[in-house]
This record gives sequence, structure tokens and C-alpha cells, in this order.
Amino acid sequence: MDIIIENLTKKYGNQKAVDNISLKVATGEILGFLGPNGAGKTTTMKIITNYITADEGEVYIEGRSLKENAQDIKRHIGYLSENNPLYEEMPVIDYLEFCAKIHGIVKTRVGSRVTEMIRITGLNREKHKKIGELSKGFKQRVGLAQAMIHDPEILILDEPTSGLDPNQIAEIRKLIKELGREKTVILSTHILPEVEATCDRIFIINKGKIVADGTADSLRKQAQGTDILRVKIEDGEPNQIFRSLQALSSVSLVDFADRQHNRFNVHCKTDDVKRQIFGLCVDKKWVLTEMTPFETKLEDIFRELTMN
Amino acid sequence: MNTIWIIVKRELNSFFDSLIAYIMIVLFLGFSGFFTWISGADIFLIGQASLRSFFAISYWTLFFFIPALTMRMLAEEKKTGTLEMLLTKPITDRQVILGKYLATLILIAIALLFTLPYFITVARIGNIDAGGTICGYLALLLISAAYASIGIFSSSITNNQIVAFLVALFIGIFFHFLFQIIASGMKGIFGQIVNFLSTTVHFESLSRGVLDSKDLIYFGSIIFLGLFFTEVSLSKRNAYNQ
Repeated sequence: MDIIIENLTKKYGNQKAVDNISLKVATGEILGFLGPNGAGKTTTMKIITNYITADEGEVYIEGRSLKENAQDIKRHIGYLSENNPLYEEMPVIDYLEFCAKIHGIVKTRVGSRVTEMIRITGLNREKHKKIGELSKGFKQRVGLAQAMIHDPEILILDEPTSGLDPNQIAEIRKLIKELGREKTVILSTHILPEVEATCDRIFIINKGKIVADGTADSLRKQAQGTDILRVKIEDGEPNQIFRSLQALSSVSLVDFADRQHNRFNVHCKTDDVKRQIFGLCVDKKWVLTEMTPFETKLEDIFRELTMN
Repeated sequence: MNTIWIIVKRELNSFFDSLIAYIMIVLFLGFSGFFTWISGADIFLIGQASLRSFFAISYWTLFFFIPALTMRMLAEEKKTGTLEMLLTKPITDRQVILGKYLATLILIAIALLFTLPYFITVARIGNIDAGGTICGYLALLLISAAYASIGIFSSSITNNQIVAFLVALFIGIFFHFLFQIIASGMKGIFGQIVNFLSTTVHFESLSRGVLDSKDLIYFGSIIFLGLFFTEVSLSKRNAYNQ
């Protein structure tokens, strides 16, 4: 199921929490939703899950308006909200049964769905414990289990890995990746490597507005303009190497990264730059000891776009 | 209807799992039993085979107990955020409210059912007015329904249970006796209107065994308005970031 968001605006008092956002998410896509605290991520998610309604704009799911078909569309959405609220006094298994029934799963299938979710989320040993007695990581698993109990086509996950240990984070990421093959997933997070690891597309909002939309690679390209190679060449005189590099046809600009150690940043024009640098070193009998593509970190892009 | 029933069952389970139900039933039976049989204007003092003294004391115990039952219903769910989890599932605000409301009523009905031995005992001592007694139970159920509706509304406007409890009592006090007192100082049509708003007036006429459509309309209106404003109050989440 695809999601189309058109000109969504939501005000709380005079403050615009979400300001004219438009966005498309295709079926089977995992969308990473980034932004600083208070950027409007959670508000947008609450609108998509129909907890609150937008002031302006419309959400279409599989071409159908969310406002007009709210109750039916909710059946196809699984939601894990930010603080993962759960009925603490209920045992895990009862809680999942309750969720399954609310979703209208037929009686004969409730048991098998609950067992299945307990298996997937690894809650087997904890299933009879009260939710309040579980550690944060296990609670998070219960939250994920309730979001997926009705096998929804769309998953909305608000910071799904918060409070988990590194092993659990890896497991949940793997799970989301697997699910993302057939489901449409929107997940929000503060953890940037997580987005790179799990998401097909990144969407950054700040103060309710979209500031970036694309894959991690395309955002990087956008941020730095050209590809940069970090090169270290030994056995040569720095200024001579600098001039020779600058003279190459595929190089647009050379910087000294570290003059003492003969390190250079080479801005590239074309793709055969690596071959040309290698050829140059062979001709001049220099030793090429390092040549790595320089990547702008997602953190830097994020900071640049959201700090103002 | 099925969805409402799922909520009812969960709420009832939560009542019984958290001991609230047992405490409520024991306290209710203790209070009403004590004043019906042992102390004050009890049955033996009056010397009539009727449950009037039981109805009079239950009128007061329910007034205090019902806000204690309803205070957590929505306030707690708002505070912990489980309301968001619930309402993003295929269920409407109204279904959630009705489910919680019905669960409260069922618990009260169970508590009242435990007083059936009172009825049997009195019926064996003397010649009880069965019709009047049924009317008395109906009156108790109706005021419970009205106060439960006020209680749920109070629970919906705050996420603090104590506040919800006090607000429910505050609103309840007007219906319970203030309107009657105010009306006694007023004359003419206004006095009559304010007097009509008092639950005591309607409760007394009902528990005397007089089944009047005016009373039914009165209780029905309170129930409807309470639940209606609860729904309005829940939809306020759209205006404020909670």
C-alpha cells in the first residue's frame, strides 16, 4: 500500500507543528524520517495513524482518503508510538490477544497470530509475565509485536530502537529490513547510522518543513557537489605532486589535506580519476599508499540542514 | 458492538486483577450492610419489611464509590499514552468510551447483585413490596449510570486521577443535594427547574415505587450529556499537543 501526503498542515495554537508537507512513499519502501526534537515527526505520524486530524491537506492510502475511510484504513496500519505505551498490568500474552481482537482478527486465528508474534519477537520466555515487570528492551518488543499482530501492510514506527541494547538494535533492524520487503514502513529516529542501515529513502524535516528528501547517497552528493578522493603519495616532493595532480584532466581541484605527510584531497571531474592518479604515480615512481573516497557523514548533512 | 465488548472485558479484567473490584464490593456491602442492619435508622428500628433504609444509604455510598471507579478510566490512559495506542487501532472514540462506561455499570450491577440476600431475608421476615423494591434497585442503577457518566467525563478532562475524582465529586454534589437546597430558597418556575435537576428528588420518587417517565428522561439526559461531553473532550487532542 502506498502513502501519499499532500500539503499537510497541523497547528497547535499559533504554532505550526507541521507546515505544508507533501510526500510519497511507495509500497515496499522503508522511509527514514529524520529531524531534531520538535520538528514535527511525531505529529506527522499521529496524523497518518489517524490519532489526530490535520488542519489542512490530506493523506491518501492506496488512493483512498484517510479522513473518509479512517476506520477501515486503520486496519491496515501498525503503529508503534514514541513512548511505547502498554497496559502494564496485563500479561504479555493477554495483551497481544486483546490487540488481535481489537483488530478484528477472527477468533480461530487469534491464538496462532499471537504465537507467531511471540516467536518473531523472541518473547517466549516472558509471555506470561506482566508487561510492567519486563525490561525496556522486552517492552519494546511487545510494542513491535502489537504493531504487527494484524499483519498490516503499513508500519509506522516512532523511534523503534530507543532503549534497546546493541544486540537488540541489530535484531530489530534486521526484522524491519525483512518486513520492509513487502510492507511500507515509515520509521523515525535520531540515530543516523540506523537510517543508513535500514532505510531506502531519507526524509529530513525541520520546524515542520521538509528540508531534504532522497537516498543517503543522493543527499551526500547534494551536500558536497563533487566526489572527493583522499590520496596519500610518498617518495615525492609535495609541491611537485600537487602540480602534477592538478594537471590531470579528470581533476578539478586539489587541496593539501596534510602537507607533511603528502596527503591531498582531490576533487574529481570524471570517473577515471583513480586510474589517472595511479598512472601518474607509476610514471613518476611515486608510491601511492592511500586512496579512499571521502564521504560526507550523514551527521554533517543533518546538522547543516537543521541548524539555523 | 463486538469491539465495545472487547473493551468491556478488558476493563472488567483490569478491575478484578487490580483488586479494585473486590475492595469496592466489600466496602459497598460493608457500609450499606452496616447501616441497613446494625446501626442508625436500620430495618429493625423502622420495623417495616422494606429495603428503604438500604436504598437511602446506598444512594450515598454509590455517590462516593463511583468517582473512585471511573477516575482512572481515561485519565490514566491519557497519562501513560495507551489511549493513543488504542485509538490508532480500528476503534472509534465512542466505542472506547462506551466500553469503559458499560464495564463500570456491570461492576456496580455485580455489587448490587450481592445485596440480593438482603431482599430474600427481608422478604422472609415480613410482607415486602416486591414492585417497590425492584423500583428501588432500578433507581440505584439509574443514579449509578448518571454518576458513572459524570465520572467518565471528569476522567476525560484531565490526566490526573485525583483531579478526575474530585471533579466528579464536585459536579456530583450539585446533583446530589445542592440543587435541592438551592431550589428550596427559590420560588416559581426557576425553583421548579432547579428542583427538577436534583437527583435526590427523582431518586426518592423512584425508590418509593413510583415509575415516572419524567425520572427516566431525567437520568437518560444526564447519561447522554455526560458521554457526549466525554467524546467532545477526547476530540480536544486535536487542538492541544498532549
